[in-house]
Amino acid sequence: MTAVSGFHNAKVLGRDVPRVEDPALIRGQGRFADDIMLPGMLHAAFLRSPNAHARILSIDATAARALPGVHAVLTMADLAPHLADTRLRVAMPSPSYRLDLHRPVLADEEVVHVGEPIAVILADSRYIAEDAMAMIEVDYDPLPVANDCVAALEPGAPTAHDGAPSNLVAEMVMGYGDVDAAFEAAPHRFHERLTVHRGGSHSMECRGVVAVHDAVDDRLTVWCSTQMPHAAQRLLCDIMGLAEQQLRVATPDVGGGFGPKLVFYPEEVVVAAAARLLGRPVKWIEDRREHFVATTQERDQIWDVELATDDEGRILGVRGQLIHDHGAWTARGVNVPQGAMSAMPLPYLVPAYRIDLKVAATNKVPVTPVRGAGQPQGVFAMERLLDAAASGLGIDRAEIRRRNQVPPERMPYETPMVTRGGIAITLDSGDYPKCMAMALDAAGWEGFAARQMEARASGRHIGIGLANYVEGTGRGPYEHVSIRLEPSGRIFVRTGAAAMGQGTRTMLSQIVAEQLGGDMSNIEVIAGDTHAAPLGIGGSNSRQTVMAGNSAHAAALKIRERVLEVAAQIMQTAPADLEIEGRMVRAQTPRNVQMSNVQMSNVQMSLGEIARVAYGQAGFKLPGKGGPGIAASEEVVIDAMTYSNGTAVAEVEVDVETGEVAIRNLVFAHDCGHVLHPRIVEGQLMGGIAHGIGNALYEFMGFDENAQPLTTNLAEYLLVTATEMPPVTLLHMESPTPLNRLGIKGVGESGVIPIGGAIASAIDHALEPFGVRVAKLPLSPVDVLALINEGRARSEGKR
Amino acid sequence: MGVSDLPEGSTTRRIEVTVNGEVRSAEVPVRLMVGDFLRQNLKLTGTHFGCEHGVCGACTILFDGRAVRSCLMLAVQADGHEITTIEGLALSTDTLHPLQEAFCRTHGLQCGFCTPGMLTTLIEFLEDCPDPTPEEIRVAISGNICRCTGYEGIVAAALEAAEVLRARRAGAA
Repeated sequence: MTAVSGFHNAKVLGRDVPRVEDPALIRGQGRFADDIMLPGMLHAAFLRSPNAHARILSIDATAARALPGVHAVLTMADLAPHLADTRLRVAMPSPSYRLDLHRPVLADEEVVHVGEPIAVILADSRYIAEDAMAMIEVDYDPLPVANDCVAALEPGAPTAHDGAPSNLVAEMVMGYGDVDAAFEAAPHRFHERLTVHRGGSHSMECRGVVAVHDAVDDRLTVWCSTQMPHAAQRLLCDIMGLAEQQLRVATPDVGGGFGPKLVFYPEEVVVAAAARLLGRPVKWIEDRREHFVATTQERDQIWDVELATDDEGRILGVRGQLIHDHGAWTARGVNVPQGAMSAMPLPYLVPAYRIDLKVAATNKVPVTPVRGAGQPQGVFAMERLLDAAASGLGIDRAEIRRRNQVPPERMPYETPMVTRGGIAITLDSGDYPKCMAMALDAAGWEGFAARQMEARASGRHIGIGLANYVEGTGRGPYEHVSIRLEPSGRIFVRTGAAAMGQGTRTMLSQIVAEQLGGDMSNIEVIAGDTHAAPLGIGGSNSRQTVMAGNSAHAAALKIRERVLEVAAQIMQTAPADLEIEGRMVRAQTPRNVQMSNVQMSNVQMSLGEIARVAYGQAGFKLPGKGGPGIAASEEVVIDAMTYSNGTAVAEVEVDVETGEVAIRNLVFAHDCGHVLHPRIVEGQLMGGIAHGIGNALYEFMGFDENAQPLTTNLAEYLLVTATEMPPVTLLHMESPTPLNRLGIKGVGESGVIPIGGAIASAIDHALEPFGVRVAKLPLSPVDVLALINEGRARSEGKR
Repeated sequence: MGVSDLPEGSTTRRIEVTVNGEVRSAEVPVRLMVGDFLRQNLKLTGTHFGCEHGVCGACTILFDGRAVRSCLMLAVQADGHEITTIEGLALSTDTLHPLQEAFCRTHGLQCGFCTPGMLTTLIEFLEDCPDPTPEEIRVAISGNICRCTGYEGIVAAALEAAEVLRARRAGAA
């Protein structure tokens, strides 16, 4: 796995430099939320609803409050007098909403999903808090349940919220062109009804919040395992009625995010409010069972879609309906189905397109982005349709894609679609056909038919499949980065970007070091702290390297200019004659000139010495024209997203007796522009691919007819382990985006996006003799056997 | 002290455990998990809980040299035994264990949360199986879940470390 990079003459960019995160983490000296221990700290446990839908008639915590070691049990009735608002108003703007579903800080009248928090217990230890939890008596009156997003939209269906007019949370149409006319005129139409099931993000670290209140100044510090500390600060201020200066949100080390940690949760309010109310530090650490019922999930979608083509398989139009399960509350918005719909046609020239979206409320855990954020489903739908067309028209599956891919000569290609913010979706760069060709070559696509025949002759069912994707990355408008060179000679970088394990600090250190001497060990990155960065957006949409990276680059260039200006004045030379090397600024002298120590001191200065001069002294003039100190702050604004692309080719073997699907080989060719750190890019891809394999074959978040979750531990909900990972070949193309100075695109979610589509395609191919067509994900061995049996029954019926 | 020596109804017990080479003694609640003992009593927070039901492997420690789940074992069960945690793996403050070095070289960690369990599991494994194949390594860590890396870097790290450890043993012999 060797990557190339566009940064040819760079000091540290484009290189596999050691990660700055590793030295602490590898020694067990990281500091995650649960590692924060404060004197007098209380431990919180949440009492959660065991019902998917019920009215709360009464809550009696008398016995729990009397348990030794319990300091308080708080319900909404206890907290409400201390809050400016009792709802989490987090919905991103959209004209599509038909219901406002702002979730409460704690449920008090009605619970709408299993796991919804009702009360918090604060005790000397988590053990005692959980003892007390069992002593709280809640009287529920069960209500009818909306457990399925399709049924939930039927007339007369039980509503997820008592008294709501319906379960229709939002509806919208995405599309362009006269799609019905295109279908009218088309010689061929292909239809699919596709289901993608929900799963979780399952970062290995669950969520966690620690809050401490300083009563002297009425200030709160909240450490939270969030991807979006600034959003958390704003919401906490709104709900608690505090000013920004009173409330600091800081992220400790975060043990994986993958989407759900960008959401703002009730527990964050409750822990912060409890710390202020009780005057004691409070810690809450989510356990895995809670993670299954209280941390947001994604992917439940039903696509009823059609593709129209001409005789050569050229796409004339795509249309259909999408039903999206929203869960019980609006914990983010309609961005997931929007992302799914805009991802669907992106790799291809689709002249007319229309998807009618209906978003349904159900009595399940709220839905928000999980790595991929709708894009895996949109890609699955498109790729399934193309496979159906290839099969119907007798065209090779790769060939039909080649005929429809956006060609490189059309770049930049402005699609008629817009993002959720109304910004034009323009494919900025890339050579999609070439990228696909790389993947096909490496996977042995051409010669596969012969291998398949040979395998079939010996009773083995192997198949190969592919899927293309284009990922929207680097969502704007900005990310904050400031840099200060301090008199100690150390360089401090502060950013609104939030690190969650993906190497954000390494990325920023690299970009800053590149301009300032190349010594990454001289740089300290403070990420995800609202009191270090005045504004910030945080981690989502594979955005931070693009947005924070470019702000860091711009700020580092300013610092460089200022350092050289000050140094040149002191050293009485021109800035152009100076270079920063390591922690020193040196005059460029001919290499063969030998100098004494005294001469040396005239031609070199440390960064610290320069910073001291620039800092200034009372009564003395400052050097240069740049004002005091050496600092720069940047928020590079880029509204347009930059689009990464790629192709996955999967080879599978299906055991037709057991239904087991084994992935024999996986090739992933992609293009994320210039690669800043090849190993980190590959690590992102591999993690995403593993997640995609899980979504395709293993990860199933089950619910029964009463919306009771059935898979609430990691033995029932299967995450991919090392033995399920196939051999993976990663191939890189680098088409720099013209949208930013570094030419970089995001890659954080790329790996997951095409995997389901590619594996489904390969399973179809392996099971061709049975006429199998995969129409849902994930596929368990039981599902595969059912498909085989259906296929057998069909062919027997024909006889 | 045996259980019969405890006063009736006692919910705590004094234990003595050797942790990372140091004898530590404490009065602990009988229901305290050994992982909580390490993290809360001894402030050795390098051991992480990922699921608390014995599946994810993040909390794995070495117990008398064997890899065990610290979320499934009581602190009182550790009385009189030896425990090694991630904090005790480095040979000195500046010298990491070869497996730790290899993890950094091969990008075997991203968020670092599963890393303590991966390291302890693999250290036991490499003792038992000094010259493993990649497939054997995958089986060895199949009880440890990582959501970040796709395991590729971890397998590579184990292979590299195995080689270093073999060379070291050969040199010492």
